[in-house]
Amino acid sequence: MNEPLYAAIWRGKANGSFSTYEVPRHESQTVLDVVTYVQRHLDPTLAYRYACRVGMCGSCAMSVNGTPRWTCRTHVAKVARGNTVRIAPLAHLPIIRDLVTDMREFFDKWTRAKGDFVGTRTRRDDLARVAPNSPERTAADAGVECIGCGVCYAACDVVGWRADFLGPAALNRAWTLVNDARDVGGRIRLRAVAGDAGCHACHTQGSCTQWCPKQLAPTAAIAGLKRATAKAAVRGEL
Amino acid sequence: MINVVTQAKLWYWQRLSAMVLALCVVSHLAMIVYASRGGLTAAEILARTRGNAPFAAFYSVFVAACAIHVPIGLKSIAVEWLRWRERSASIAAAIIALALLVMGFRAVYAIFV
Repeated sequence: MNEPLYAAIWRGKANGSFSTYEVPRHESQTVLDVVTYVQRHLDPTLAYRYACRVGMCGSCAMSVNGTPRWTCRTHVAKVARGNTVRIAPLAHLPIIRDLVTDMREFFDKWTRAKGDFVGTRTRRDDLARVAPNSPERTAADAGVECIGCGVCYAACDVVGWRADFLGPAALNRAWTLVNDARDVGGRIRLRAVAGDAGCHACHTQGSCTQWCPKQLAPTAAIAGLKRATAKAAVRGEL
Repeated sequence: MINVVTQAKLWYWQRLSAMVLALCVVSHLAMIVYASRGGLTAAEILARTRGNAPFAAFYSVFVAACAIHVPIGLKSIAVEWLRWRERSASIAAAIIALALLVMGFRAVYAIFV
């Protein structure tokens, strides 16, 4: 604990490089603590994002030793290699500066996957009754806690190979809506998530599921979408 | 550009053909190992396969499954790993599909007739 930590942090844009900073170690220190220490005490020009610091907002995700992680809840003791740690912006997203990425494409893909709820009821109608233990509700529950951090998107090889691939988060969102009994956008949504830019491009490698900080399983959601599109295709409804 | 419905259908065709191939490959290997235990000449092989309809039917299914499965996979590899454009990858895949069909059925014909 007395040994300092050497944090190699990405500086600049896509053609930038790593700069190494010496940071004092503390018990239960997180990677976000390290970045914050550098920005407050060593170099105030360091750009990075965070908000809640408690794993709710999904804004502090970075690449730590090559692995995408939510830095506010990643302990240095768990990820440091000896007394070094390498912190970079999330992969597969354009770098704005230092540790800050441009997340527009990531969220635009949620829209392209028809990730918005389409309902028919108005405020004058009764609330929909959804049985909490129904298979659809259970399936939606399994994916609904996504915080939109982009860890799965950075972890996915297919995102790196196919620029138009919607990615695990957007497809996971679509799957929760496919299972939402109140939603009526199903047919258009299934068409939006089918094909080589959608669920059928997934190779089921499972990196998204392995690194999701919320322990969600986008791989299972994508498999669900493949089943749902198959059923729709057989019925001629795709 | 192939439309999304066709893309989805191709994926399911590849899945189904993979299931067929799994059975075909296992049967094919088992048959080779069993038949060639004591050595086997070309003439002996032809004596067993000529006019053997179930044999020809089995290998026809095998050839068809290959011609479906392989090009779809190669197209994905070309796009994702070799950075080919969708159109050129699709054309190349179609040519490979045709080549597999022609060569495969030619071989089936050769041992049957």
